[in-house]
Amino acid sequence: MNEQFEPVIVGFLCNWCSYRAADLAGTARIKYAPNMRTIRVMCSGRVDPQFVLKALREGADGVMIAGCHPGECHYVEGNIKTLRRFLLLKKMLKQLGVEDERIQLVWASASEGTILADAVDRMTEQVRALGPLNWQNTVLGGGNGQGQPAPIENTPVVEEV
Amino acid sequence: MTENAKPKLAMYWASSCGGCEISVLNIHDKILVVDEVFDIAFFPCIADFKTKDVKGYPDGYIDVCLFNGAIRNSENEEMAHLLRQKSKVLVAYGSCSYEGCIPALSNLTTKRATLDTVFLENPSIDNPDNTLPQTSYKVPEGELDIPVFYHTVKSLDQVVDVDYYLPGCPPEPPQIWAVLEVIVSALLEGAPLPPKGSIVGARDVAVCEECPLEKHEKSITRFYRPYEITPEPGLCLLEQGIVCMGIATRAGCGALCPQVGMGCRGCYGPLGDVEDQGAKMLSAIASVIGVGDPSMEEDELEREIQAVVDTLPDPAGTFYRFSMAHSLLRRANVNGGNGKGEAK
Repeated sequence: MNEQFEPVIVGFLCNWCSYRAADLAGTARIKYAPNMRTIRVMCSGRVDPQFVLKALREGADGVMIAGCHPGECHYVEGNIKTLRRFLLLKKMLKQLGVEDERIQLVWASASEGTILADAVDRMTEQVRALGPLNWQNTVLGGGNGQGQPAPIENTPVVEEV
Repeated sequence: MTENAKPKLAMYWASSCGGCEISVLNIHDKILVVDEVFDIAFFPCIADFKTKDVKGYPDGYIDVCLFNGAIRNSENEEMAHLLRQKSKVLVAYGSCSYEGCIPALSNLTTKRATLDTVFLENPSIDNPDNTLPQTSYKVPEGELDIPVFYHTVKSLDQVVDVDYYLPGCPPEPPQIWAVLEVIVSALLEGAPLPPKGSIVGARDVAVCEECPLEKHEKSITRFYRPYEITPEPGLCLLEQGIVCMGIATRAGCGALCPQVGMGCRGCYGPLGDVEDQGAKMLSAIASVIGVGDPSMEEDELEREIQAVVDTLPDPAGTFYRFSMAHSLLRRANVNGGNGKGEAK
């Protein structure tokens, strides 16, 4: 296969700093990897660990959470809560076999377009080196749960009531 | 078996410990009412029925089937399909069939690693020829088959359509009786049944709601494992640093565990609208970590918080103790050398 693997990175950017950093990177015409799919959240503290897990299950190869530097949070300490969750989530994802590089936390203020662009570039390369995650087929393997390599079926997502 | 007009009740165990069967008997004298109302059609724990009896029933012959246990092997799955076909109402009874429970913790490792531990590595094993179970084996009398052991444990609703879920490990007797009462009155008096897919025999509030322990603002600087601390009576366990899943768990049990000083294990599963109990618990518990403030330097902040996180030795096993099969990721991506999910 000649085509280079292009990882899909879901990026949760906080409204007050990192989303503006991305905006700045755009207006300043900074060139960086187009692999991040941006989702704006009001605060990095809004990122429920379920969002991260769902992204990974549904096809993302990595997840980036970006917010204001500690001490600069628009909501005083939303980003401290993010850091607490992130460190625990990273520990749990390690047990689930998700490599550290696939989930990253970045601090980028509204003026740090280059920091955000560099972080996206770096993460894209790291995840590219790890290869696709493809949770639904590679890990769940479809079918009867025997982990056979050939995907047999996509089990429908069960919604509880 | 004599034919009569009584509704038919079945109960089957797949990958389970048998506790669910005992919990049904634990409704005490009400079991006599169950016997009065129902005719037992299949109940391997207490009555001698064979699979071929069930295969002989017409479709939908069984009115209510209480199915407990997770789907661990091909026999479990086959029975799930069979009982679904023969039952009008199929209830995922207990945590295993609802969301995987303890058997699904093996989703954090591989089939091979599980078999190795059970048949080769446990200190009490005497297996000099390293014999592992084979799915088929030739003996002079013919060929023997045993079910295929699956790589991933599933919940009942991941293999067949389920009508109701009755959570708990095991479900509590008053809740079981409440559910049976609803079903009995539906069958005898035509009362309406709850909508399909409902979680029955539980409430839609957190365990904390039923827990009488005194609660204040929580700020935790280290977590304790149960053996490391004697809890102060009357005070919220989570506040004392004991992992208590009550905040992320559906009520219905009467908060039995926290009241005797053992943090809630989470067996009643997630609350309504929550897809992943472990993630919600992780989110909540991380939020009450009481170290780190915005004035700290970034690496100091990370170090301090990491030190508290390190006092939780097994987050996946703790937060997904009962819900691994039903979680968003469902199992570990095994790439560690030890057959575990451990990423490099």
